Amino acid sequence: MAETNVVLKVEGLEKSFAGIRILNGVSFEIDRGQIKVICGPSGSGKSTLLRCLNLITQPDKGQVWLEGREITNEKSDVNRVRQRIGFVFQEFNLFNHLTALKNVSIALEKVKKMSKDEANDLAMKELARVNLANDAHKYPAELSGGQKQRVAIARALAMNPVIMFYDEPTSALDPHLIGEVLDVMKKLAQEKLTSLVVTHEIGFARSVADEIMFMGEGKILEHGPPSEIIENPKHEVVRQFFKRINELYRRD
Amino acid sequence: MAAFAEFLPYILSGTVWTLGLVAGGIGIGFVIGLVMAIGQIYGGQEAKVIIHAYVWFFRSIPLLVLLFLFYWGVFPATGFKLDPLACSIVVLGLRSGAYQSQIFRGAILSLGDTQLLAARALGMSKPRGVFHIVLPQALRISMPGWSNEYATMIKDSAITFALGVLEILTRTRYAVSATHEALIPYFFAGGLFLVLTYAGTKAVNIVYERTKIPGLVGRL
Repeated sequence: MAETNVVLKVEGLEKSFAGIRILNGVSFEIDRGQIKVICGPSGSGKSTLLRCLNLITQPDKGQVWLEGREITNEKSDVNRVRQRIGFVFQEFNLFNHLTALKNVSIALEKVKKMSKDEANDLAMKELARVNLANDAHKYPAELSGGQKQRVAIARALAMNPVIMFYDEPTSALDPHLIGEVLDVMKKLAQEKLTSLVVTHEIGFARSVADEIMFMGEGKILEHGPPSEIIENPKHEVVRQFFKRINELYRRD
Repeated sequence: MAAFAEFLPYILSGTVWTLGLVAGGIGIGFVIGLVMAIGQIYGGQEAKVIIHAYVWFFRSIPLLVLLFLFYWGVFPATGFKLDPLACSIVVLGLRSGAYQSQIFRGAILSLGDTQLLAARALGMSKPRGVFHIVLPQALRISMPGWSNEYATMIKDSAITFALGVLEILTRTRYAVSATHEALIPYFFAGGLFLVLTYAGTKAVNIVYERTKIPGLVGRL
């Protein structure tokens, strides 16, 4: 019973690039409905971790289970695995030649083999969910950064993933556009959509995260409830990090 | 002057042959170019080496030499009986494929790898991602370079007079030798090429403008 509740389980994940160890044995679990936030200095392996988890990058060592089934073995079908993991990139990566609506519907048509009408209906619903119903027919270049990121979230949501990965979703945005993206993410978190979020938005972490995992040197240095990690961390590195973030991001 | 007027319809109907050469050459070149561009970017090491050698070969040898090589050498030696027109179309196509592959390759590379990455993250297979996401953008970006290739092909097609293909230049030469008048006929032939080049590049530009997508700009 407890086992089926675990959406994602990671054990001993390792990855090196050109002899440099980026991930050095990462292990954790996420239960259904949980929101976990990953923080850490740049170069600590946060993005590499997310990419290894949906097999965009092949890990060197370690195992990953999605809903109890191992995805890191030879037999797993990466295309099927990725359909069940929503991935939101820092740079949005919307398809430039497609309208917002088509950006959301194309994978429904080409991957999930829905009919065009079905795919459009669902895409409209997902765009409405991120408050973009009125911009469905605009091309990416006609949208603001915040709107682009919300389309990207709708695109991932439409696949009905069992878990969402966000890779610094607000880091490429102008400060005044961050709020609209965080609002959508908070709403989804309140709907108990299991999520793994790489972000430095500690306001977001404080209000919706069940746990913060702090990464350093390719490992999870410390993890626990947001208040504990932010206010009262055990490691000096973590304390210094949040002190700087607090100074930088203080927005009342 | 009166004598040349009699040859006008004859020379004009050479336009059909010229357009046939160009359409065939561009068409064959398009298929070859697209396949090779994809192979060069997404293919294995062997594919890359073969394609590189192909491009290098066809871009390094004069068109006239290629025409003679294939018409008198390669096709007879391999047992193909191709008439001058068919042989010319094939050679123009093979050569254009080498050039077009580099147009498409540049366009695909200019997209960066994040578009395909996003497609893969949604669970699209690589071929599907290339077909539905990369190519529609790359082809639009290619259009300005591609219209250049059309203009080059129109002009290059004249060299098939060397095999006696009845295109504009060959017919003009007949008219010149029959009338002993060179200035007007060659001027007329030049005018025909000018019109064909202009009309064709104009047509590509119209398609380019029509299919243009905000934010997706080809390098003119």
